[in-house]
Amino acid sequence: MLRKIRQILAILFFALITLLFLDFTGTIHAWFGWMAKIQFLPAVLALNVGVILFLVVLTLLFGRVYCSVICPMGVFQDAVSWMSGLRKKKKYRFSYSSEKRILRYAVLALFIIALVAGVGSFVALLAPYSSYGRMANNLFAPLYGWGNNLLAYFAERADSYAFYETSVWLKSLPTFLVALVTFIVVAVLAWKNGRTYCNTICPVGTVLGFLSRYSLFRISIDAGKCTSCSLCSRKCKAACIDYKNHNVDYSRCVSCMDCIGTCKHDAISYRPAWKKRATEAPADGQQAAVKETSASRRSFLTATAGLASASLLKAQEKKVDGGLAVIEEKKIPARAAAIVPPGAWSSRHFLQHCTACQLCVSVCPNEVLRPSGDLMKLMQPEMSYERGYCRPECTKCSEVCPAGAIRPISLAEKSSIQIGHAVWIKDNCIPLTDGVECGNCARHCPTGAIQMVPSEEGDPESLKIPVINTERCIGCGACENLCPSRPFSAIYVEGHLEHRML
Amino acid sequence: MKENIKDMSRRAFFKKVGAAGVAAAGLASCSGNGNPSGTPGEVPADKMTYRTNPKTGDKVSLLGFGMMRLPSVGGRSAREGNEEIDQEMVNQLVDYAIAHGVNYFDTSPAYCRGKSEHATGIALSRHPRDKYFIATKLSNFAPATWTFEGSIAMYRNSMKELQVDYLDYLLLHGIGMGSGMEEYKKRYEDNGVLDFLLEERRAGRIRNLGFSYHGDVKVFDYLLSRHEEYQWDFVQIQLNYLDWKYAKEINPRNTDAEYLYGELAKRNIPAVIMEPLLGGRLSNVPDNIVAHLKQREPELSVASWAFRFAGSFPDVLTVLSGMTRMEHLQDNIRSYAPLKALTDEEFGFLQDTATLMMQFDTIPCNDCKYCMPCPYGLDIPAILLHYNKCLNEGNIPEHSQDENYRTARRAFLVGYDRSVPKLRQANHCIGCNQCSPHCPQRIDIPKEMRRIDEYVERLKQNTL
Repeated sequence: MLRKIRQILAILFFALITLLFLDFTGTIHAWFGWMAKIQFLPAVLALNVGVILFLVVLTLLFGRVYCSVICPMGVFQDAVSWMSGLRKKKKYRFSYSSEKRILRYAVLALFIIALVAGVGSFVALLAPYSSYGRMANNLFAPLYGWGNNLLAYFAERADSYAFYETSVWLKSLPTFLVALVTFIVVAVLAWKNGRTYCNTICPVGTVLGFLSRYSLFRISIDAGKCTSCSLCSRKCKAACIDYKNHNVDYSRCVSCMDCIGTCKHDAISYRPAWKKRATEAPADGQQAAVKETSASRRSFLTATAGLASASLLKAQEKKVDGGLAVIEEKKIPARAAAIVPPGAWSSRHFLQHCTACQLCVSVCPNEVLRPSGDLMKLMQPEMSYERGYCRPECTKCSEVCPAGAIRPISLAEKSSIQIGHAVWIKDNCIPLTDGVECGNCARHCPTGAIQMVPSEEGDPESLKIPVINTERCIGCGACENLCPSRPFSAIYVEGHLEHRML
Repeated sequence: MKENIKDMSRRAFFKKVGAAGVAAAGLASCSGNGNPSGTPGEVPADKMTYRTNPKTGDKVSLLGFGMMRLPSVGGRSAREGNEEIDQEMVNQLVDYAIAHGVNYFDTSPAYCRGKSEHATGIALSRHPRDKYFIATKLSNFAPATWTFEGSIAMYRNSMKELQVDYLDYLLLHGIGMGSGMEEYKKRYEDNGVLDFLLEERRAGRIRNLGFSYHGDVKVFDYLLSRHEEYQWDFVQIQLNYLDWKYAKEINPRNTDAEYLYGELAKRNIPAVIMEPLLGGRLSNVPDNIVAHLKQREPELSVASWAFRFAGSFPDVLTVLSGMTRMEHLQDNIRSYAPLKALTDEEFGFLQDTATLMMQFDTIPCNDCKYCMPCPYGLDIPAILLHYNKCLNEGNIPEHSQDENYRTARRAFLVGYDRSVPKLRQANHCIGCNQCSPHCPQRIDIPKEMRRIDEYVERLKQNTL
């Protein structure tokens, strides 16, 4: 019964959290956005005291149910492990192993040091929820997107507006590779040994494991009934039941309740700790053969080239009617400072709080957010405007961020937060290169920060060029995105380290 | 129906299909010749109305085939994007048209990204030369071709592409467009091109010389004032029930068809009619207009009214229709085989219809694609047509309090992304205005782009 409840809740949480990463319409977030916000590490980073207290109390009461139900990475491993168990003669494939305590605490210590030192990429690499988010965003979301596009294709032919097409694109190769490697490593570990990742690497697992040693409700073995048949140990994916000594390592038990039904002698039960004292398992973590997630550490720099060499789209003379001009893809300009979304306050605040879970990247409808390739903040999102710009009616990223890296803001606030400022590149500007009227940047600036002035001083008839009032510019990128100059825009946004309210 | 099947030639086969259509009219299913628009399935093969060219005695079919909207491969409607012409389908359409009495084919060196003449040549060369009349033009889009040598090269190339050694009808293309008189003089008179063409006519390589007119009426009047000298054999004008009295109201820079036709009739110059359907704007109309027309003739297509209107004028030689699909061709043949001329009462009824249509803020784009390609990548006709489509379907909410605001907003925005790729949408218009001079309807394209862009912004930001 307890197992069934656990399974149902776990499936529910897992499916909905995954949907948070897949859904691009924003409907799921309105209802289940809180599921991301009760994730442990994001809550810690967001200093969300309520959630932290709740999770601590939950663990102290019932053990690591968090790991079995709420954590999508945990449930993902259970799913893989379950599939592995479907194979012939693999139902009881686990065995008890002692706790790798030194390794666990060493990883936790490193993690905390990285967190304090602000090495976001290392933190993001180990954090379970963000690892899962990356997998969902990089590996599952494209499939979901393509499925949706197929439906949109048929909807279009049926003259229905129920589905619309969404674009599926590779946002960052390094992040994709990290997600892929994480997926393979975690899946292989889960396939072979169940919860190895949770009980040796996962820093959240270590912290909650420390608490769950003292949990109120826990499983315990009735030595009187136990025949030492070893079935429970062989069923335990956390490898925490020492059937010989009738001991359970509660720091690793994730309260999955699998063992209770497995015992043919009714010797295992989930009950308050005081009813039967269990002696602590001997701790001798010696052999540490743990496969670490090996992400390549190369410095992936954003692909940029010299601005001067930008070849421009030249207006072609019209000879015949019909046809479409070829549109060159925009390239990312070399920005001195990365742009982070409004609500992030500053790049430092953002760096310290972001767990690189990719939730904001998943929901950004304008294809602005994508994971960074910079080593120090690898996988943490940053903004760029070649595919779209930060539109005035959208605050999606600030709504979904569970870690407080992007604080919730209103539409009114957004329109007055300066996240960067526009810079004009004379050599690319169409009135000067093609000799035609333009002003598309000024026309689309939501704050009216761009004016068009004659290119020749004192000649009001000369073609007009844009000038930017940086005091009014908020850095939304409308100008950069809609600039006709390709592949490099004639106007681009430089990020600000500290955001400013105008 | 029971003739010797073995001896059946290709053309006879088509006649048969037509006859089978007659026989099967009234039956529930009639494959191949079935009618998609719900009107009677009959497509007569031998009832086409013909008009006589007073100079040459040519018997010209009232329905002329415009080769500007040829089908492209990929099954998409008309000439979207950069797809190649579907030659197989062009051949089929031409065969079917000739089998049903159509004998006038109108093309130009500029149509379909310059590939229309070639495709037309292939399709027509499969038929005897005396079975069809070819009309093509000396086009004027690129100033690079405005030299005498450039023009001669264009003229000779037309003959080569069309695989003929004489042209039945040759037109100076789009007189009055661009800067009007100045452009006309530069293009056709100052360089001696017109004199050359008159000489070619005398030599018999051009059987009929005329011009097509859009835009500045001064050029039209000027050319007619020199009729004595030039002896125009025909003139091509835009005529339909909306432009009859409202062309000027729709755009002050245009001229009502009533005036244009009247001037030609006065001089006994045969009129060739273009845009009888306004690129589909007179078939794809708002629902209440459909009801208005269908109430009178439930079995006739909406388009048939427009064709009957244009064909009812006695001095009209032929009415051109750019037919992309077999269904268009069949429906149009039905309208003219034979023509049921409008009564005075029906004429008045169509004028009322035009008045009704004027209440809609439709953008007068006929999807001719003269404005394309836009050097900055926009798909101008697709943007304008999407707007018109939403207008016809009632999906242009005026206020966020409108009853259907949410569904209309979704239909507009989702449909916009479907009809026009994001990078080709109105917000990328920089206003360089290189397109407007090419527009035969003289639409202020940058202005419309801005208007639509602003409307889209208000929909997106929910600030309507």
